[in-house]
Amino acid sequence: MNTSWTRFNIASVVFGFAFLYLPILLLVIYSFNESRLVTVWAGFSTKWYRELFNNQGLMDAAWVTVRVGLVSATFATVLGTLAALALTRYTRFNGRILFSGMVFAPLVMPEVITGLSLLLLFVAVDFGRGFWTVTLAHITFTMCFVAVVVQSRLMSFDRSLEEAAMDLGAGPVTTFLQITLPVILPAVIAGWMLAFTLSLDDLVIASFTSGPGATTLPMKIYSQVRLGVTPEINAVCTLLIGAVAIGVIIASVLNKSREVRRLRDEQAAFANH
Amino acid sequence: MKSLGSIRRSFEPWNDPNQRPYIAFENITKKFGDFVAVKDLTLHIFQREFFALLGGSGCGKSTLLRMLAGFENPTEGQILLDGENMSGVPPYKRPVNMMFQSYALFPHMSVEKNIAFGLKQDGMAKSEIDDRVNNMLKLVKLDQFGKRKPHQLSGGQRQRVALARSIAKRPKVLLLDEPLGALDKKLREETQFELMDLQQDLGLTFVVVTHDQEEAMTMADRIAVMDVGRIIQIGTPAEIYEAPKSEFVASFIGDINIFRGEVTAVKGGVVDIETPDGMVIRSETPHAHATGEKASFAIRPEKLRVSRTRPEGGINAASGEVWDIGYLGDMTVFHIKLKSGDVVKASLLNAVRTVEDPFSYDEEIWVSFAPDSGVVLSN
Repeated sequence: MNTSWTRFNIASVVFGFAFLYLPILLLVIYSFNESRLVTVWAGFSTKWYRELFNNQGLMDAAWVTVRVGLVSATFATVLGTLAALALTRYTRFNGRILFSGMVFAPLVMPEVITGLSLLLLFVAVDFGRGFWTVTLAHITFTMCFVAVVVQSRLMSFDRSLEEAAMDLGAGPVTTFLQITLPVILPAVIAGWMLAFTLSLDDLVIASFTSGPGATTLPMKIYSQVRLGVTPEINAVCTLLIGAVAIGVIIASVLNKSREVRRLRDEQAAFANH
Repeated sequence: MKSLGSIRRSFEPWNDPNQRPYIAFENITKKFGDFVAVKDLTLHIFQREFFALLGGSGCGKSTLLRMLAGFENPTEGQILLDGENMSGVPPYKRPVNMMFQSYALFPHMSVEKNIAFGLKQDGMAKSEIDDRVNNMLKLVKLDQFGKRKPHQLSGGQRQRVALARSIAKRPKVLLLDEPLGALDKKLREETQFELMDLQQDLGLTFVVVTHDQEEAMTMADRIAVMDVGRIIQIGTPAEIYEAPKSEFVASFIGDINIFRGEVTAVKGGVVDIETPDGMVIRSETPHAHATGEKASFAIRPEKLRVSRTRPEGGINAASGEVWDIGYLGDMTVFHIKLKSGDVVKASLLNAVRTVEDPFSYDEEIWVSFAPDSGVVLSN
């Protein structure tokens, strides 16, 4: 197979990356712009970052978003993991197909519909809209993502590990806490991170279910942009991108080094034998 | 007194009517939906016995083991362990431990922690656990590997960790599910003898499930040959090998020649069977026969004699031509084609290095056997 860098290959790679990252790159560059005008370059400056930290509205929104993300991701992880366990373990209960369909429906449900239906529910039961309604809404829609991630791990989980633990005298609870959970923990953490990121950048569902005093960062950014893009928005977006990028890099480096170490260990074991 | 095969040791609690069985399966039936995995099975296993459940896949042997461990519940019947009814007792409260086919080592724990896991569940003191773990590591010759994780061990080492973990709690009964299945041939043979020694030293009762007849023959005091959820025959390895009761058992264990024919005479426990080749087989029989009925006679390849001249007496002999010769080193296997087209296998031990005038292909030769070297099978 020819794997050399032909002109066509180079062109398509450059074009592809440009298509994906040029807008983001522009946003990052203009966040360091001296000028208030977004499209005119007037020299390097970090003043918008300083302004950003003095902008109480944006900072409040960021804090709400983080709190919603932490709480909803945690609950969604617990519920999603339980749902995944139910779906892989108890394969013979009545209504299993209906249950799995209902767990996974939110994956493909239009966000507008999820948001609207939740709003109608909260109004119907007279639940005051605010932090908790957004959080509940986020738990509902991120739970299914956690369930998918954890379920795929459980599919390849060797049940004889649990049997071995029970055989050695561990009851069901001990077995779950000391054997099952540690083994599937990477998938559970991955599910949590997915839920957290989904909650961080959700705009539609939050807009429907939020109330006074619970404006999330995406909502705040969206409403400000309608009044005109300011370099402050660029700055806050750059920080968000930076946070996500660092998270992804750390996760993949950890994953990679664990893989490399395991390979090396296995080779060492066979060499010693 | 004449005896079947070689005697391992005088340990035959199953022949002693005063012995109480240690493990008793009483009329056990196990159904999975419509599928019947085990069918009305009764089996008694005695203390300190090394017992093998032998059979092909789907014969119900693993289901039987899993019911004893408590992972499955019998649909009907009951299991008694040391006189105690095990119905409804969960696996974590049974005094048995199991060594899993996949080893099922906990991947996130070191070798030491794996072995200590069961001891911790019993609330044993820390110092006592450490002592026991060290003893176990020495026993399976893994003293240097206590801090390693399972994925840092080779297949043979993992097998030994699994073994150490399952005997650490000194269970009343150790269950072994295809314990040597994942090892290569040489390691498997070594480990078979190690397991036997270990069982002797610890005085434990072992129940092993295997599909490998050689493994069962080597290790077990008694073997139960299973097929479609039933026990077909139960006996010592020598009984199973030398006196198989049915064609299924005869052909499942080792190589065998089966001659089918018609009963021509019955006299005082001795039967004459004439085969389509015109060979007359005269043998003792434990079964009742009537003249004119069909009968089969089974004989192992190593018990056939091969000669150029017709043996005296004329019975228990047939002639044919040498069809194939397989030289295995320790023995040579001849395939001899009889007139009817049936192929008979005869194996000759190569007790000397050079043979004068060996048999060659297409040569016309005689196969014969002593009257008591084969068995008449039940229909």
